[in-house]
Parts: sequence; structure tokens; C-alpha cells
Amino acid sequence: MSAVDLTLPVPRRRVSTRFFRSELRLIFGRRRNWVGLATLAAVPLVIAIATRVAGGPGGGEGPDFFAYITDNGLFVALAALTVELPLFLPIAVAAIAGDSVAGEANVGTLRYLLAVPVARARLLAVKYAGVVVFAFAVSFLVATVGLVAGLALFGGGAVTLLSGTQVGMAEGLLRLFGVCVYIGVCLCALGAVGLFVSTLTEQPMGAAIAVIMLTLASFVLDQIPQVAWLHPYLLTHHWTDFGELLRDPVSLSALRPGLLSAAAYVLIFLSAAWARFGSRDVTS
Amino acid sequence: MNAIDLAVPRGAVYGFLGPNGSGKTTTIRMLLGLVRPTGGTHALLGRPIPAAAASVLPRVGALVEGPAFHLYLSGRDNLRRLDAADRTADPATADARVAAALDRVGLAAAARKRYRAYSLGMRQRLAIASALLAPRELLILDEPTNGLDPQGTREVRALVTALAAEGATVLLSTHLLAEVEQVCTHVGVMHRGRLVAQSPLTTLREGAAPLVRVETDRPEDAARVLRDHGLASVAVEAGAATALLGPAAPEKLVVGLVEDGVPVRGFAVLAPSLEETFVALTGEGFDVSG
Repeated sequence: MSAVDLTLPVPRRRVSTRFFRSELRLIFGRRRNWVGLATLAAVPLVIAIATRVAGGPGGGEGPDFFAYITDNGLFVALAALTVELPLFLPIAVAAIAGDSVAGEANVGTLRYLLAVPVARARLLAVKYAGVVVFAFAVSFLVATVGLVAGLALFGGGAVTLLSGTQVGMAEGLLRLFGVCVYIGVCLCALGAVGLFVSTLTEQPMGAAIAVIMLTLASFVLDQIPQVAWLHPYLLTHHWTDFGELLRDPVSLSALRPGLLSAAAYVLIFLSAAWARFGSRDVTS
Repeated sequence: MNAIDLAVPRGAVYGFLGPNGSGKTTTIRMLLGLVRPTGGTHALLGRPIPAAAASVLPRVGALVEGPAFHLYLSGRDNLRRLDAADRTADPATADARVAAALDRVGLAAAARKRYRAYSLGMRQRLAIASALLAPRELLILDEPTNGLDPQGTREVRALVTALAAEGATVLLSTHLLAEVEQVCTHVGVMHRGRLVAQSPLTTLREGAAPLVRVETDRPEDAARVLRDHGLASVAVEAGAATALLGPAAPEKLVVGLVEDGVPVRGFAVLAPSLEETFVALTGEGFDVSG
């Protein structure tokens, strides 16, 4: 078009969290996601009730928190996180991250958002911010439900750490908080992979399943000694390191590889998502 | 796509017409920065796209290839989400603007209903409402009556006409000639990625060559007479012969026909229908993909 005289003033662009808040409402207001969150919250309840009814220690992967549950309800939270970390939590985050861009493309709302206009970098940033909030939310949800159920059924008190020493309840809660943050960070790395996969397709389910498969493949490869050289680079290799937060003294250097690995995954896959989505033709 | 310059005068309803597959939607997608051209540049409201998209697109309301909203959100919440995504929108007036847009398209009563429960006509109107959330220089409506039943089509056409009467500038993409005839003041015709014609609708009609049509039980003879009088594009059909009138005088044709003993049952000079005009421009049937 040529020679157009404009009557409306050039619109002022403002900095606002409205779009981000809208994104959170979209994630947390959706009935499907409530069901997912309820499922995640059911696990610590089942653990607490089953332990109360059956009594005695059970088994589990990673640090064995089940043995301590009857001593202190706080361990229900840790046991639930340990149980959910290999599958339930990754599925939840993969579903949200896989849906982030592909879901909008699938419904066609992506073209309307871009026509508003929403800059593509801003769209990715808001989508990823939503995934990050969700990742921390599920981690804290499982811990909180476990904590409340555990304290109700088994009571609190001094917390026996993995190194055998005892700390007070307040410090125990602080360490549980640290565990939730660490697991949240790990899930954010998974979310970055999910966001990238989500920019590749218009099928949200396909994206979610692909991310879950990648996570499972990472767990499997981590079990194969012949590829030990690969282990430190795997997405999930450092996830169970959160047990370090339950030793005395807490070894921050033991947590560093996991945090650095997560940061590297976030950086690489957000860049890949931008490279893919920034110039993509939106034809859905 | 090749060197398309859509000149939409302020206040006009510009019918962007072309067969399916002629490049209308691709043009619109490019204007909105959704797809990039394989080569070259393009501009909207005089500003380059996608470079100036952030300052131009807030002044453009668009309905692209049918409505698309979140099924599980209400019509109002869907509009709120789009408004929230708009950095130029004033949050303080958001609720009022959403309500006004819904009211404008007649969806105020269904504002709280989930989008899932909307009929296709309501969905199209919600998409138009989303284009009315802010004051716009231009409304781009891509096939707004596509897939609608006659009732829905009437609703949407009445809405577009009303918006135009209020002074909105509209680019209406369509493959329906009737829509252009009813709603538009200007028209541009796409064919195989090129803009083959562009003018006010009245000019296009005036420029069209009139036809002469002779109804008779001996169309072959009538066709011969028409040819003898120097008429072009003579065609024979069952019970009639037609030709382009050209400079010939119709009254002399009638005399000529009668003198040659052709039994004339009917004689008419016709302005060609819009459809024939477009067939002449695009060189093929209108609903055939280009």
C-alpha cells in the first residue's frame, strides 16, 4: 500500500504483566490441568495413608525416605517427590511445555496473537515463563500436600538427615524448600526442551509425548554403564542430586553440576526455540 | 505472489476477490507478518512489514482464515486474552472495550458462554469483535462468511455493512461475487498470485462491454446475422444466440434479423453480470482454483 495518511496516533507500547497473567490463567484455569495437578497431589496422600495403614518402611529409588516417614511426617513430602520425579512430574511439565506453542498453533489462536501483534520473542518469553511457574508449582504442590498429610498422620519433630545427624523442624522445612527449588530448576530445563519441541509441530500431544520419550530415554541411558561418558550430559542425570540438600553439612559443590547442567539446557533449547520460531511461517 | 499494490481508500469497503488458491489469504498473511515472502519486501499502511509490525498492526484489526479461539474459554475471556496480549491496549478500559466489542457484534448475551457452545455465525462475529477491540485504521476480514448458513451470512454481511456505514475502512477478502455486489464499494481481483484488476465497483461495471442476446428457435441463423453485422464473441446456445454488442446499433440488428427471416422471440441488450466480467479478467470459471 502506498500514500496512506494515518489519522490515529502512533500507539504507545507499555510494559505490563497482563499477557503473562493471562497465560497463567490459561494454564491454571484449565480443567484438564486441574485433573493433572490433582493426580500429582494424590501421590503423597496415597503414600501417607498407605504407610499409616500398613506401617513399616517400604522401598524406593534414590534416597530411601520411606523408612523415616513414621518418625517424621516431613518425609512423606520427600518420598512423594522421589516417587514422582522419574515420571509424574516430567509428564506434567512435558504436557504444559509441549502445549505451549503447538497448542496455540493447533487451535489457530497463534495467528491471532501474532496479528495483535505479539512479538515472537515476547510470545516465547511469556510461554516459557508460564512453564517455569508451572514447574515450580508442581514441585511445591507435591511437597506441600505431602507435608500437610505427613504432619497430620505422623506429626513433626526433629528431622534425621541422610548423614545421620538431626536438625530441628524449622531447618528441616528449609531444606525441603531447597529440595523443591532444586527439582523445580531441573523441571525448568525439561520445560525448555518442551518449548523447543513445541515450536516444531502443531500437535500439542505429539510434542508432549516426544518430550516424555526424551526424558525416559535419558533415564534409560543413565542406567547403561557402557555409555558412562555420556551420563554427565544427560538431562536427568543430576535430578536425584537433591539428596545432597539432606546431608550435613550441605555440599553446594555437589549441587553445582546439576544446576549448571540445567542452565545449559535452558540456554541451548531456548535459543533453539527462538531460532526455529523467530522466522517460522505461521500457516495454521 | 507478484507486485501487488492494494490501494484501499479511507472509508471504502474493498472487495479482495479471487478464486480459491489465487493468493488472497497468502497476501493477508504476509501483510500481518505471519509468513515471509520468498523474496522482496512488503508494506502495510505505508510501513514495512514485519519491521514496523509493532507500530502498524495495533491499528489493524484482522480476521484471518476463519475464527480461532480457545474452546474452553468464554467469548469474553477469549477477547480479554487478546486484549491482554496487546501492549498498546489500556488495561483500565479493557473490560469496557471488550463489552463494547461484544455488544457491537450482538454477542453481549452470549459473552459468558464458552466458545465451544458458539454457533459458526457467533464464532465469526466473535472474531470480528476481536478486530474491534481498539480503534483501527483498517479492518482486514478474510472470508468472514465462509461456511456460514444463510442466516449467519446475513448476520455477518449486515455487520460489515454497518461497520462501513460508521466509517470503517475494510479489506474484505472473498470468493463470493454476491458478497462483493452487496457490500463493497471497491474491488480488486487476484488471479494466480497477481492483482489483475482494481477499481471502484461502479467503474468496473461501466467499463464492462454490453452483450446482445437474441432468443429464437433458429439460433444458428441468428448467430450468422450477428456475425454479418460485425459483432464479436458470437455464441450459440439452446434457443438463443449472444454476442458482444460493440459499436453496433441494436435497432439495426433487430431489423437485420427480421429481414433475414429469423423468428425473433426476444431481444435484449444486457450489462454483463459481475461474474462474466471476472471470468473475462481471470480467463476461467470463477470457482476453479487458479
